[in-house]
Amino acid sequence: MGIEEKVPAGFLLTTVEYVAGYARMHSVWPATFGLACCAIEMMAVGTPDYDLSRFGMERFSATPRQADLMVVAGRVSQKMAPVLRQVYDQMPEPKWVISMGVCASSGGMFNNYAIVQGVDHIVPVDVYLPGCPPRPEMLLNAIITLHEQIQNTPLGVNRVAAAHAAEAAALAATPTHEMKGLLA
Amino acid sequence: MSDSGEAQPVVMGSRRGMFGASGGGDTSGYGGLVAPVLFPAAAVRPYGGYYDEVADHLARALVGGAASYAEAIEAVVIDRGEMTVFVARDHLVGVARALRDDPLLRFEMCSVSGVHYPQETGRELHAVYHLLSITNSGRRIRLEVTCPDDDRHIPSVVEVYPGNDWHERETWDMFGIEFDGHPGLTRILMPDDWPGHPQRKDYPLGGIPVEYKGATVPPPDQRRSYS
Amino acid sequence: MTEQTRDINATSVADADGAHIYDTVGGDWDAIVDEASSLHEERIVVNMGPQHPSSHGVLRMILELDGESVTEAKAGVGYLHTGIEKSMEYRTWTQGVTFCTRMDYLTPLFNETAYCLAVEKLLGITDQIPERASIIRVLLMELNRVASHLVALATGGMEMGATTIMTIGFRERERILAIFEMITGLRMNHAYIRPGGVAQDLPPGAIDKVHDAIPLIRRGIGELERLLNANPLVKGRMVNVGYLDLTGCLALGVTGPMLRTTGLPHDLRKSDPYCGYENYEFDVPVRDTCDAYGRMRVRFDEMYESLKIAEQAADKLPKTPGPVMVEDKKIAWPAQLAIGTDGMGNSLDHIREIMGTSMESLIHHFKLVTEGFRVPPGQAYASVESPKGELGVHVVSDGGTRPYRAHFREPSFNNLQSFSALCEGGQLGDVVVAVASIDPVMGGVDR
Repeated sequence: MGIEEKVPAGFLLTTVEYVAGYARMHSVWPATFGLACCAIEMMAVGTPDYDLSRFGMERFSATPRQADLMVVAGRVSQKMAPVLRQVYDQMPEPKWVISMGVCASSGGMFNNYAIVQGVDHIVPVDVYLPGCPPRPEMLLNAIITLHEQIQNTPLGVNRVAAAHAAEAAALAATPTHEMKGLLA
Repeated sequence: MSDSGEAQPVVMGSRRGMFGASGGGDTSGYGGLVAPVLFPAAAVRPYGGYYDEVADHLARALVGGAASYAEAIEAVVIDRGEMTVFVARDHLVGVARALRDDPLLRFEMCSVSGVHYPQETGRELHAVYHLLSITNSGRRIRLEVTCPDDDRHIPSVVEVYPGNDWHERETWDMFGIEFDGHPGLTRILMPDDWPGHPQRKDYPLGGIPVEYKGATVPPPDQRRSYS
Repeated sequence: MTEQTRDINATSVADADGAHIYDTVGGDWDAIVDEASSLHEERIVVNMGPQHPSSHGVLRMILELDGESVTEAKAGVGYLHTGIEKSMEYRTWTQGVTFCTRMDYLTPLFNETAYCLAVEKLLGITDQIPERASIIRVLLMELNRVASHLVALATGGMEMGATTIMTIGFRERERILAIFEMITGLRMNHAYIRPGGVAQDLPPGAIDKVHDAIPLIRRGIGELERLLNANPLVKGRMVNVGYLDLTGCLALGVTGPMLRTTGLPHDLRKSDPYCGYENYEFDVPVRDTCDAYGRMRVRFDEMYESLKIAEQAADKLPKTPGPVMVEDKKIAWPAQLAIGTDGMGNSLDHIREIMGTSMESLIHHFKLVTEGFRVPPGQAYASVESPKGELGVHVVSDGGTRPYRAHFREPSFNNLQSFSALCEGGQLGDVVVAVASIDPVMGGVDR
């Protein structure tokens, strides 16, 4: 509030990152990628009881060319995997992926020949949402988390720096099998 | 399958031990148990319920056809209130046609699936047909056709029951049973170029070990199991 | 130099002799004839691919189009194949319920009931299932039937472009899902109906919730009916679309609302009753128009009948106290569950009993949960009337604690074979309506 008070009224100071993030997070159009049971819960989020429309996201874009967010809702079978990748490739940048449900996040209860054990084998995922199926409120929570991520996305030089930092953190992180958990 | 006199239960394999874990450590003695897995024996007349009627009508309907009842029907098993008719695979289409066309049988609905019994050498693959008669007050019958693993051919009943089309495709896809005479026997559930037939017992489940913090859980087919 | 101009007013129709009749307004006659005759052999193969808002799930429709008419239609399925049947061979009989419930994800309770009826047949305990458990099963199944038909109509409306139908349909479905959540703990994929009965008894207040919700649902269905039944747009899109008469249905083995729209009142709840259905009063709605509009009306009528049955079941429950699991302690699911500080788990009373008072209970609990019960060898087939048609389960046991083979005769898999018969010869827009009237759920088709 320092400079803004000295400058004549009608000026607002902000950053490009903030404005771009603000615009992007409030105008996300999801692509219809409902596959199985989670798709029904995703459709339920679009209905009046849970109302995705308050985020401006009720317009599910069937064409990936106009979509920003791909909510992979449901189990991805081996036959469907190339289709998933093709739809993801057809989406223009910026794009985000929420893997909804345990089947999309990790293969879920179907640890077998037919299901891809997590769509992060195929597309980069921004938010993982567990649940079988996740309640509509859980999907809304995931969407809000994604919105916060979108709002805070660095751009330009900051983005390059953030990518380097993320890579360094991943390289230095403890591998899962060396962590202490409830099973060890 | 059945011998002269009383029919014996069919041995479909055997079960070793009682607790599944093998290879030492079990001093109870139960680990040495060897028990046969016995499937129900062929039934003798009277079958009970409406099954005698169905068998008589089928025998009558097959007269004058390619095969008689004695040639086409290997055995009849009555178990848990259901009738299973084991049909010789060469005469399957004739039996199906008789079951559909005869007014007192009139089984309109049919669906097929497969079962793989690897221990039953010579008769590993079973194709099981479930038929329903709407006209004759919801009667049900099961046909079972076997074929050996090295000659996986069963005649297709699509010309009699067109609704069996996708079911036969699924059975081919999952078990490798080739239905001769099917209009288009291609994979339906797996991708078109998938090798192998997934629901056979010699096909692995295909799971991967799941990593948790500090431990790994093996896939379901490699976990401890109870026999 | 001939210029190929597309006269947008020229349409081509084939008359009875196969000759094409060109109907045009304006343009040069020679140019039109030349262009039309060179193009009329052109057929386009269009893929209404697995990802499509109107393909009712991951269904791939391969259509050969001549203009707007469909000359050939094939359905490509398998995009949701999960290997559930094979996975069930590696889990115990009770754990199999959690798998089969996710097949047809709009009717999870029907999947569970069909599987449990087949397992109970194999065990030979069909007449030992407590009456209260059967009534609870019927109540939940009928509410699930209403929920499934609501989704069928809602998504059918959405695929035609009527979004209000979807919002109203899902709003009513939420009432039913709230009841499910109260009784079973989950909105979908409940794993509540187990071999031997149901997992646990109704919580207090559940029956009142059912009684309160049913009139509201009835009013909501009435709202949908008023929007759809006499609507000229709906009638224009659905009447005489997706025609499949009785011969076609029987040849293809089609059951469910599609069969009842041809005039045949075949319903497994009447012809082969299970779970005590013979004690309920209800009718089997039938139409004889054989088209998509008739199927929609049949589904509406079935919803009202289901609400009638649900009310009767809810009235019977207070008069039928008792256990909800079979008496045989070697089969019955042992635990009673309760909500604790960290979520749902074994109730403290149960833990007090098995840890404090009864060694046998502890042993039974341990063996039933880890190993499961053993089922004598043999095979059995049980079927229920699911909202889509006849859902049959064929289970084979080799005497162990796991299914040797569990095969599901899914109605959607069977009914979807009629896709070609319904769509060929029609228009592209009718394909969407026809598929919506079959109401396939791809989880059931692909399993």
